[in-house]
Amino acid sequence: MIVETCHLHFAYKEYAILEEIDFQVRPGELLAILGPNGVGKTTLLKCLNGMHRASAGAVMVEGVDVLRMRPIDIATRIGYVAQKSETARLTVFDAVLMGRKPHIRWRTSDHDLETVEAAIRHLHLEDKSLRFIDQLSGGELQKVCIARALVQEPKLLLLDEPTSALDLKNQIDIMRLLRRVVDEHGLGAVMTMHDLNKAMRYADSVLMLKDGKVFSHLETGRVTAAMIESVYGLAVEIHNINGHPLVVPQESGQNVHCC
Amino acid sequence: MHFHDGRVPQEYRQYIGRKVLFLVLLGGALFMVLLLSISLGAARIPLVDVARSLVGMETARKIEIIVWNIRLPQALSAMVAGAGLALSGAVMQSILRNPLGSPFTLGIAHAAAFGAAVGVMVLGGGIMTSSSVGSVQITNPYLTTVAAFVFSIGAAAVIVAIARMRGATPEVMVLTGVALGSFFTAGTMLLQFFADDVQLAAMVFWTFGDTARANWQELLGMSIVVTVVALYFFVNSWNYNAIDAGEETAKGLGVRVDRVRTVGMLLASVLTATVIGFLGIIGFVGLVVPHMVRRIIGSDNRFLLPGAFVGGALMLLASDTVARLLLAPHVLPVSVLTAFLGAPVFLWLILRGGRK
Repeated sequence: MIVETCHLHFAYKEYAILEEIDFQVRPGELLAILGPNGVGKTTLLKCLNGMHRASAGAVMVEGVDVLRMRPIDIATRIGYVAQKSETARLTVFDAVLMGRKPHIRWRTSDHDLETVEAAIRHLHLEDKSLRFIDQLSGGELQKVCIARALVQEPKLLLLDEPTSALDLKNQIDIMRLLRRVVDEHGLGAVMTMHDLNKAMRYADSVLMLKDGKVFSHLETGRVTAAMIESVYGLAVEIHNINGHPLVVPQESGQNVHCC
Repeated sequence: MHFHDGRVPQEYRQYIGRKVLFLVLLGGALFMVLLLSISLGAARIPLVDVARSLVGMETARKIEIIVWNIRLPQALSAMVAGAGLALSGAVMQSILRNPLGSPFTLGIAHAAAFGAAVGVMVLGGGIMTSSSVGSVQITNPYLTTVAAFVFSIGAAAVIVAIARMRGATPEVMVLTGVALGSFFTAGTMLLQFFADDVQLAAMVFWTFGDTARANWQELLGMSIVVTVVALYFFVNSWNYNAIDAGEETAKGLGVRVDRVRTVGMLLASVLTATVIGFLGIIGFVGLVVPHMVRRIIGSDNRFLLPGAFVGGALMLLASDTVARLLLAPHVLPVSVLTAFLGAPVFLWLILRGGRK
């Protein structure tokens, strides 16, 4: 297991946000955390790399409690792609090179530069390598952020709503890209999502949160309309279009037909 | 995961090479302006004699005295102060993620002015002599300097303490700085209201930052602080780059954001307080130079910080030289010139940025 939570609790002051969270992520698994707004998806994601300190329980990264690890050691194992990334007057190459920071001691080596070049090529950004990131589109910027996390050479990738600010084509591009890096490199990845259709199409498994607890943790193919209705309080139907599940909200008065 | 098939792109090497070349040219320009600065003045010294004197070859006694006792310490003070102030501004702008980060925005300069006023009036620091304003004197300059330094560090400590309590976010730091600036300005006004003529003149005079105040000993102290802090900042340039990319991204890269911000803020304040304590308030260098350098070299702190360091030295040395020559035989304190030049340059940068 790359990461494993053991009875994880997180409270903000006296308010419990997360309770009794237990799950594991395997190499080569893409896990989507689902649930309504405010249920604690991002909080859970940030507990996984120690950005938030769990109030009780533990997060084990390759068998070591994340809170016992130095931030720099966590960063060599876990890459984090924030929901919002600031744009400075940096080139794409330098912005990705920043991902080597946990490995750089005094100065960047040729190995660092080679790793960055390979990652940029891998994500088809090579023709924008010397462009400033404040000149990029939202989709391109998100690719830069993913490339930056990949050059950390992590075992686990955490992504906070990776497609939330993107148009449809870029959403699909990013999801395909994630699927590809997980499949090709055997990475584990955990992402928070609101888009059920993307989650069910591209993720291997989903972790559904309700009232700060795990409602269900299962393979995407086993998610039912009843589960979604219970978590989101909205009646839905799940259709099968060309072999892909499609979640459609039910009009009021209709019965639920799940598959 | 690992990437094994990478190669270093030639275009990137050339891009970095251009940045290094810019820094080298900036350094060359600084050296040329240093020679000019020593050469120009009430008594004009040929550049050849300046060079001969600097490398220890024999020159006329008069030239030796002018170069080594008057112009060189003043020029070096301007360089060290300019480098320190600009570097401090660049780091503050980066860790606060605020383009207005500078000793002024954060109330550190106001605290220094208040400290100097306390030194003059309450502690009886008295009267200082100046090459530029002969009639005003402060009898115990060290007391005034120490008081200014202590109050600036005190202001920075309050900002850092509040940031520790409320989280070291840029908003908390900047708003605390604004409140402190206002508080110390009020304190200075109160002291000035009750001061007698001589004390009032001394307080106001102290605020005119003047590079002629430092002697060799003070210059050495200032240089040591500026060099040590600058090295710390250069080593941490990747951390500042990461914070520029956003707090969460920086944490994801293993940066202890609160610690980097707190230590950076404290050391930037020490740098500013050291310069202001010895020379008085010199405005706008800390604000304008990092913006000018950023326009040319970009936001990458690996190059921006050394660029601001050398650029600050160049700008203050050039301004100081012009200030000495502009109204000759009168000598204008350099702070007057930097404030006059700084405001329009800053407005120009804003307008140019808006059109981009």
